[in-house]
Amino acid sequence: MTTADTPKNGGMTRDLIVYVCLLALAGIQFVIAYQDIGTSQMFARMMIVACIEAGVALLFFMHLSDNRGLRWFVLIFTVAVIMGLQYGWSDAFRLSNGVPWAR
Amino acid sequence: MSQADLSIHGQVSRSTATEVMTAPTFSVPAKKMAMWLFIIADSATFAGCLVAYGFTRSATPNWPRPFHSITNVAVMTFILLSSSLTMMIAERAAAIGDKAKAFLWMMITAVGGILFATLHLREWMGMINEGATLFHNPWGTPAFSSLFFSITGLHLLHVSGGVVALIAVGIRYKGGRYQADDLEVTGLYWHFVDLVWMFVVPLVYLMNLSH
Repeated sequence: MTTADTPKNGGMTRDLIVYVCLLALAGIQFVIAYQDIGTSQMFARMMIVACIEAGVALLFFMHLSDNRGLRWFVLIFTVAVIMGLQYGWSDAFRLSNGVPWAR
Repeated sequence: MSQADLSIHGQVSRSTATEVMTAPTFSVPAKKMAMWLFIIADSATFAGCLVAYGFTRSATPNWPRPFHSITNVAVMTFILLSSSLTMMIAERAAAIGDKAKAFLWMMITAVGGILFATLHLREWMGMINEGATLFHNPWGTPAFSSLFFSITGLHLLHVSGGVVALIAVGIRYKGGRYQADDLEVTGLYWHFVDLVWMFVVPLVYLMNLSH
């Protein structure tokens, strides 16, 4: 099966719905930016919205919803790499706040 | 069982074995798989940059918040998201063999990319005119400018490369040298550039908005 033969369900209507959803999610990020909340709260909310946006784009614009095997491959590999990058966070907070281990 | 049956069975079993051995991974053609591997590797690069940015931001007291308006970044986001839609239209047109329509929408996507890059450069020039450079930041720590220009510059480099790829692949597709699947592979890259922007905007722009 060539790439061009790959089944694409839904057609243009689905693409338009996905596009509108992405615009709405991007809009939510801009609304969050003006909320009167702390930096960590803002970070968490924006990242949740960004991850949903990325998921929608991956599944429908990048056709991962059509290929289950590739979907798991991309998900497991990418999440493993990104999780691995988080090891330095505790050091970042220790440098600025002197907690939890410096005292 | 006759000799003829055996030879037929032998042929069938050999061809099945060949199919199994040559079947593409996850039923994805090699070109598309190569692009996926590139995307995974590149997402690790961007994730590394953004984590380094977050690390530095957390470790630096009085992190500057120099952005007063979201208009420019909102327009840039709208253009990039819209260009993903136009790319999808091009991909769908190519899948049904409508070369003229696919080429047209691909060029519209490229124009979107050029518009995005122009707005990006305009924003950069505004910041440079205020005194921000790669190693100097008028609002406080120089780390802000270094990270801002590095991360957005890396993304801008991807957009610029994408625009060149869109034009080159579009022309070759129209000329009959490339097929619909080449266009889809280029589309994957373009959607990825869009996807990265979804993380750059909140982290680099929106969280540094001065209220």
